[in-house]
Amino acid sequence: MKKVEAIIRKSKFSSVKKALHEVGVNFFSYWDVTGLGNEKEGHVYRGVSYSTSDIQRRYLSIVVNDDFEEVTIKAILSAGSTGDVGDGKIFVSQVDEVYRIRTGEKGGNTLK
Amino acid sequence: MHTGFAFLEIGLTRQKNTINILFKNIFIITVGLLLYYMVGFNLMYPGDFNGFIGSIVPGISPPENGMTAEYADGGYTWWTDFLFQGMFAATAATIVSGAVAERMKIGAFMIFTVVYVGFVYPIAGSWQWGGGFLSSLTIGDAEGFYDFAGSTLVHSVGGWAALVAVYLLGARIGKFNNGTSQAIPGHNIPLATAGVLILWLGWFGFNGGSVLSANPEATSLTLVTTCLAAAAGGVVAMITSTILYKNLDLTMFLNGILGGLVGITAGADQMSPEDAILIGAIAGALIVFAVSLVDKIKLDDPVGAIAVHLICGVWGTLAVGLFGAKAGVDQFLVQLIGVLCYAVFCIATSFLIIFALKKTMGIRVSEREELEGLDAHEHQMDAYPDFRLNEH
Repeated sequence: MKKVEAIIRKSKFSSVKKALHEVGVNFFSYWDVTGLGNEKEGHVYRGVSYSTSDIQRRYLSIVVNDDFEEVTIKAILSAGSTGDVGDGKIFVSQVDEVYRIRTGEKGGNTLK
Repeated sequence: MHTGFAFLEIGLTRQKNTINILFKNIFIITVGLLLYYMVGFNLMYPGDFNGFIGSIVPGISPPENGMTAEYADGGYTWWTDFLFQGMFAATAATIVSGAVAERMKIGAFMIFTVVYVGFVYPIAGSWQWGGGFLSSLTIGDAEGFYDFAGSTLVHSVGGWAALVAVYLLGARIGKFNNGTSQAIPGHNIPLATAGVLILWLGWFGFNGGSVLSANPEATSLTLVTTCLAAAAGGVVAMITSTILYKNLDLTMFLNGILGGLVGITAGADQMSPEDAILIGAIAGALIVFAVSLVDKIKLDDPVGAIAVHLICGVWGTLAVGLFGAKAGVDQFLVQLIGVLCYAVFCIATSFLIIFALKKTMGIRVSEREELEGLDAHEHQMDAYPDFRLNEH
């Protein structure tokens, strides 16, 4: 089992969600995050220019069976991209075990 | 007016100082009215007096004909007069509140307000509206200083004190780093916008009410000039700031509206609609340059009170000598003398009060209080307890 974590633009969230549903990934968690990065947002306030490096993004955490890893990543790559700096990152890691709290069963079946 | 000022001030400052600003605004309107009852009204309208300073007569009691048609030609009663003028008095102190936001000790601000609204404002007002020396100052054809609804008597009186207070207080931590001005964005621009629109409505009361009767022609003209000057001020400030800074800055647009309103206030009943648009437009351009000038000389005015109330107040007062029914060299000179008299008196009195406070109780909160917010330290309260996203 794999954990696919993605930091994406908030404006791309609905298209990424749709693409994930289309490849059969229906369960995941997400939250809004603030971070630092290469992108600098320019602002002007009452005649004074300033730039902020605080970047607002959405963080997705998706745990899938190994055979879903590739389609999940492809879905995010294609639906989450604008081509500009700041589209985000995907991190993939190994997940040792998964339990379903209601029944106590474990293993890949719990992700279906 | 005070809803508008409160909204504008909290909108253009940071979340951590919201309670403090609301508290000051509520203090000003409540205590201001009581003070105006106790000493202000009689000090400002002393009847026959030496023209410079009236006597302190506590309380208010209407004259014999105060409620009859003989009083003020039937335009209003003594009670109406008190209520109307009391609102003006409280406005002058509110102007200072915005300029000193986010760093002044609330206790020092309260004492300043009591002295300024209780004594300085009424004495200054008596020179003109109370029948004092400026109202009868004659140069050539010009008979008397003219300030219809307070460009000088209310807005500049508040504005000069704001200038002195900001100078004595110093800038907020982080406003000027390495000698350059830093942006400290306000936390609620929608509230600031609502505040300005509410103030615009409030101005109809102040300017329209200053006709002092329900005279249809004068009142409606005053409302039209007020409205047009506000609109022109906003539009020109928007265009000017867009050209200078290459962005569509809503806060400058808003300040421009206020600048137009302050500008037209001195001569709202003397101007044609075209004059009003010109006065408002010039005020709108002045705002943008004044905000940047105040920044350049390292004065930190979070809400632009000096630009709006002082600069445009002076402009509006002088404009009575340049545009409209009273225009002329003589009137301009009278207006200029009036502006200078108020400048000297207001700068001197506010400097004395605030400097004395600075040397005794102190006027500025500690560095820690300023960084963590005045709400947490001066009030032990939180304006948005369930809504804390940022350090500010």
